[in-house]
Amino acid sequence: MIEVRGLSKEYHVRRRGSGAAAVWRSFFSRSHDVIQALDDVSFRIADGEMVGYIGPNGAGKSSTIKILSGILWPDSGSCLIDGRVPWLERREHVRQIGVVFGQRSQLWWDVPVGDSFVLIRELYQVPAADFHRRLDELSELLDLGELLRTPARQLSLGQRMRCELAAALLHGPRILFLDEPTIGLDATAKLAVRHFIRELNREHGTTVILTTHDMQDIEALTGRILLIGRGRILLDGSLSELKQASAGHGNLDELVARLYQRYELA
Amino acid sequence: MSEPGQPSRTSSPVHSRASSRGFSRLRLYGHAVAIQLASQLEYRSSFWLMLLGQVLTSFGALLGVWFMMERFHSVAGFTQADVLLCFASVLMAFSLAETFFRGFDQFPALLADGRFDRMLLRPAPLILQVLTGTIEFTRFGRLVQGFIVFCWALPRVAVVWTPGHVAVLALMLLMNTFVFACLFVLYAGICFFTIEGLEFMNIFTDGGREFGAYPYAIYGKRVLQILTCLVPLALVQYYPLLWLTGRSTSILHALAPLGALFFILPTALVWRLGLRRYRSTGS
Repeated sequence: MIEVRGLSKEYHVRRRGSGAAAVWRSFFSRSHDVIQALDDVSFRIADGEMVGYIGPNGAGKSSTIKILSGILWPDSGSCLIDGRVPWLERREHVRQIGVVFGQRSQLWWDVPVGDSFVLIRELYQVPAADFHRRLDELSELLDLGELLRTPARQLSLGQRMRCELAAALLHGPRILFLDEPTIGLDATAKLAVRHFIRELNREHGTTVILTTHDMQDIEALTGRILLIGRGRILLDGSLSELKQASAGHGNLDELVARLYQRYELA
Repeated sequence: MSEPGQPSRTSSPVHSRASSRGFSRLRLYGHAVAIQLASQLEYRSSFWLMLLGQVLTSFGALLGVWFMMERFHSVAGFTQADVLLCFASVLMAFSLAETFFRGFDQFPALLADGRFDRMLLRPAPLILQVLTGTIEFTRFGRLVQGFIVFCWALPRVAVVWTPGHVAVLALMLLMNTFVFACLFVLYAGICFFTIEGLEFMNIFTDGGREFGAYPYAIYGKRVLQILTCLVPLALVQYYPLLWLTGRSTSILHALAPLGALFFILPTALVWRLGLRRYRSTGS
């Protein structure tokens, strides 16, 4: 159970104009721009739900993920995940979550994937029996086979993403955060990733929170959508409610683009 | 993967016991060392060239010390063999610390490309994760060179080797490595505030190695004070050397390296404050 109430976060960004004079001035007095990354965000996600977290770039998606995964402290508001405050009990909390960033690898670059998995097992201190059981299952579902003996740098993007998913699940997390997991993948790889996520959710009841710009991911996976813009939750509902809200026709991308326009996000 | 209704199945009974936790961390570190050695050896020619490069760069420093001592025979009362012993022990300590702790040298990069965020997403201790992430075996080149000079100098210093002398020498090496390691962590802690690396820290790391070729006392009283009280490099070099070479009989000088243990306090403080700042500003 994830319960978020009134989460707010501001960033202070240093600003200076261009040119020598501005550099000189900023050396003595720094001016800050305040950016409201999150503004009173509240939602609740039940165990085993799959939720699509969408919004334009810079809307506050990754700030939310960072706070929910315990990396970042919010300015105010509360968050309880399975009874824990993520940022206060980070080390206990991260045992229960898995995180996949589509744009960043968690595998050791020059090392065979299987070796990376062994290191991850030790970072989480997963008991040997659990580790081998999960690895067998993940290898089969994600068709890892030969990939385990391949250094991460030699994998194609699709192969790497399958390995990333496995790496994030070796410790058996109850919640999985996916940050643009299908970015840059070809059609086959996208389908494989989506199929796997669905299976994972069905078999193990893993809660999945997915941020993406790919509306087909949303359509294929999530019953529920959280739309965030300028740090605020603008819509929390099903896909059909989203279609209603955007009041129009066309494919999903067009609907979402119209929604962004309506909320003056774009 | 977790089955619903069994929330705590990931936490093994292992990690509740302190001794086996220490052991499993050691095993994690050992594994990381083995895996990274294998991966660095994969670029074989690059590995050997880097190793050779490391030997050659500090070889220049050795020649400098050697010719200086050939010309002047003694500095501040220390003989050529004394100075070379000093040179070798500092070099060995530095290269040991560098091999295992220089991962902190790349800390600005870890922060910038999100690798540090990934470490925060894992339950293992952060320092250990930074260590396991970046181990530079090519730095062993300096260790080898230091060891050779060490072996040359040992029989030539005017010391009657008792078990006490051997113990003080070992303590000196160990604690010198410790101080250099602390300096690397301190550097990383400061990076949390500045984001970019701070070159001035190199005065104490690389500088500590270069100037450490001679007993620190030759640089004057003020420098010696700073290296005694502020950054305790002299505690692990000059004072025990005084005792080893018979220039002092004070037990305080012999045990001075232990005083360097206190350097962990400012190091841990800066690291913790930095980490707190990082986790509240997100950058």
